[in-house]
Amino acid sequence: MSAPSATAPVLQAEALTLAFGGVKALTNVGFSVAPGSITAVIGPNGAGKTSLFNTISGFYKPSQGRVLFEGADITRLPAPKRAALGLARSFQNIALFRGMTVLDNIKLGRHAHLKTNVFDALFYLGRARREEAELRRDVEERIIDFLEIDHIRHASVAALPYGLQKRVEMARALAMQPKVLMLDEPVAGMNREETEDMARFILDVRREWGVTVLMVEHDMGMVMDLSDHVVVLNFGQVIAQGTPAQVQADPEVIRAYLGAGDVGELRRRLRGEAAVGAA
Amino acid sequence: MRIGTLKQSYIADAALFDSRTQKAWLAIGAALLVLFPFMASDYWLYLACLVAINVASATGLNILTGYTGLVSLGQAAFMGLGAYTVAIMQTRLGTPFLLNILAGGVVAMLGGLVVGIPSLRVKGLYLAIATIAASFITHFLFANLKLTGGTTGISLPPAQLFGLPLDTSFRLYWVIVPVMVLMVLGAANLFRTRVGRAFIAIRDRDISAEVLGIPLLRYKLLSFGLSSFYAGVAGGLWAYFFRVVTPESFPLLMSIFFLAAIIVGGMGTILGGIFGAVFMTMVPELLKLVVDLLPGGVEMTVFLSPVRTVVFGLLIVGFLVFEPHGLAEVWRRIRRFFHLWPFRN
Amino acid sequence: MDWAYLFEIALTGIAGGGLYALAALAFVLVYKATRVVNIAIGEMLMVGAYLFFTFAASFSLPIWMAVLGSVIGTGLLGAVIERTMIRPLLGEPPISVFMVTVGLASILVGLVEIIWTADQRRLPEFLPNTPVMIGEAFLAPKIAYGALIAVVLIGLVLLLFRFWRGGVALRATASDQAAAYSMGIHVPRVFSLAWVASAMIAAVAGIIVGAIGGISSSMGVFGLSVLVVVIVGGLDSVLGALVGGVLIGLIEALAGSYLGGEYKLLATFIVLVFVLMVRPYGLFGTHEIERL
Repeated sequence: MSAPSATAPVLQAEALTLAFGGVKALTNVGFSVAPGSITAVIGPNGAGKTSLFNTISGFYKPSQGRVLFEGADITRLPAPKRAALGLARSFQNIALFRGMTVLDNIKLGRHAHLKTNVFDALFYLGRARREEAELRRDVEERIIDFLEIDHIRHASVAALPYGLQKRVEMARALAMQPKVLMLDEPVAGMNREETEDMARFILDVRREWGVTVLMVEHDMGMVMDLSDHVVVLNFGQVIAQGTPAQVQADPEVIRAYLGAGDVGELRRRLRGEAAVGAA
Repeated sequence: MRIGTLKQSYIADAALFDSRTQKAWLAIGAALLVLFPFMASDYWLYLACLVAINVASATGLNILTGYTGLVSLGQAAFMGLGAYTVAIMQTRLGTPFLLNILAGGVVAMLGGLVVGIPSLRVKGLYLAIATIAASFITHFLFANLKLTGGTTGISLPPAQLFGLPLDTSFRLYWVIVPVMVLMVLGAANLFRTRVGRAFIAIRDRDISAEVLGIPLLRYKLLSFGLSSFYAGVAGGLWAYFFRVVTPESFPLLMSIFFLAAIIVGGMGTILGGIFGAVFMTMVPELLKLVVDLLPGGVEMTVFLSPVRTVVFGLLIVGFLVFEPHGLAEVWRRIRRFFHLWPFRN
Repeated sequence: MDWAYLFEIALTGIAGGGLYALAALAFVLVYKATRVVNIAIGEMLMVGAYLFFTFAASFSLPIWMAVLGSVIGTGLLGAVIERTMIRPLLGEPPISVFMVTVGLASILVGLVEIIWTADQRRLPEFLPNTPVMIGEAFLAPKIAYGALIAVVLIGLVLLLFRFWRGGVALRATASDQAAAYSMGIHVPRVFSLAWVASAMIAAVAGIIVGAIGGISSSMGVFGLSVLVVVIVGGLDSVLGALVGGVLIGLIEALAGSYLGGEYKLLATFIVLVFVLMVRPYGLFGTHEIERL
């Protein structure tokens, strides 16, 4: 776990407020993500974590506030253009395209970085052929190998078990040539072994690809072990942020998760929970 | 029994026709296509040309509806735009027929953009309703403009190729079939690239597609424009084939015909477009045969049109309820059976 | 500017709009309860009109019996459609069901042509013939009384929706299927109910439309205007169906009178384009917030 670098943040949320009619999903949410770091966004269910991701992705337009990517204001930028900049993500409830194979799903991730237009495509000469060949080689050697999914590359995604689907989601996000990789609950529903595999992949991605990771996660062990920085949301607001140790000790955080009660006792329980998770 | 095919390189894996067996079938198919016109009677040549035109149009609709998931009931209207463009250019400008057909495709594509731009911004279903409206509007225009000859329509002289008039089914075959083959291959190529993948993504899960980098409106318009272009070219071929274009030539029922074709054939597969078009072209012929055989003589033929209407509807509903992946899926099951024989699974 | 004429045309348009509203209500009922877009709504109208014709003209039954027969018959058709074509496609992507209704429309048109031929026919007269005068304005009696019936029926349906158990169940299922199930509502039965009710309303609308303009196998084109009405009003909005119906009726009447009959459909289409550009979810439709 490396310390966040002192250079300019690669992603910033500034005073984001998101409202659906009368319901405020996010209120004045602000935090920075340092390049090359792993940042976790945690919070109880309904805290607004996925809404935050959707706002950063460009799917929701915030009523107030800004999103900055490498210093540039992307708040008004449409979602496809953010993908082209290097903002990749995976989804909470797997959003693979069931009509395509694993390989095609992964290749789709590269869409924003390819140049083939409809004329190139219809005749499949020149640019289309070159781009596809290069894409295939890149995906095979860098992604499929890396995530160990070569045995299922031609499988239809609908037939895959949950754990493998999640891995294919990750592969597709990697194909987006990300500078920032947003993972929405990457280990949800996974057993111990799958979780460890995924944690290993995330660390490898950061080390070998230089990717910054921003993740929403509920698995406290993973969060505490992997993250350099943790942001805690509750009811759409940031109630704490800092290193995992700082956040773990924060009474507001404990109260949010476990309700009111003896803070000391809850603290012990939280640490105990984290310890079990890390074992 | 074929257990699997071993690809030695990524390029080989990506080829359209990969295994030796597939290449062999392709060669046989091509040979048949070339030999057919010399062996067939006039009636079968006529049918073959009609099938080819329908395959071209159905492939276009398949790109839009089968692969991109946008239902359109305007295929006939766009074919009409292509046909009238060809007819007007041929009779008033005398321009070469390939140019006319290309122009037909472009005009139809522009028509598609006009319909698509307002209706594709929201849910795909609005496109369907807009295309129904477009059918009525184009019919109105065809029947009321001087340019299109009003209700009598336009008669065309035969197309000219290298000085030879294309006035028999035999001669037209050699133009229509290659054009169709090019169009089908083009569509197949599309789905080896990012364009085709984007279309499928839009069909399966459009809201995620945008976050993954696919500009939705642009690609929906692209799909619709492309399928309208295909319809326009098919309409142009149609005009040179039948040599008469009237406002009644492209009714809404024809759009339903093409929708049935891709549903019956198998939406979202190139082979499905071919199967469906062949099947649906044969259906009216078969019905004619059946009606001829029934007692009642000439009075029965008045039922031909409504029976056809009912049959198209039944095919759509029947296949969607019982065999939603169409004949292409049936074919796939047959092939798998033979690949795995003598094993069961 | 002939204001009296304008007033007359507007009145006719609004009255005609009442019919659109009734048919649109039938559409919205099914969409709200089952999320199905029924392209064949115009054809179901047609079936109602033809059944009435058969009972009243061919069998010479008294008018009230013919109406009942048509309503029950069409309702039965609705139940059959739901059971055989709609329910098997539960869980399939929405465009599949949509295409099924396209096929259905084709089947209905063909069947009508086979049984009754494509010729246009007139329904037996049963609406009063005395001209209706509102102030100085003349309103064709059939349109006036037709609109009256439509309004009464709409009111009845709205009351049922509000107070009858079945109506409440429909609203509950429309809003959240899973929750409705857990409340003990038999959701599949509610689906059938929605289709039957929609078909019956469509039948009444069909009888009125037929009474005004005669019946033919191309009556389904009325459905196109109804589709525009529900898009303008909002696919799942009852209020939208009413307001949209009156609006489209007005616009079509004005276009028809001042530009010519052939321009009615063109005017409707232009309204469609305008609404899609400006307010695609319709005046009162709910813009569902999609979750990623």
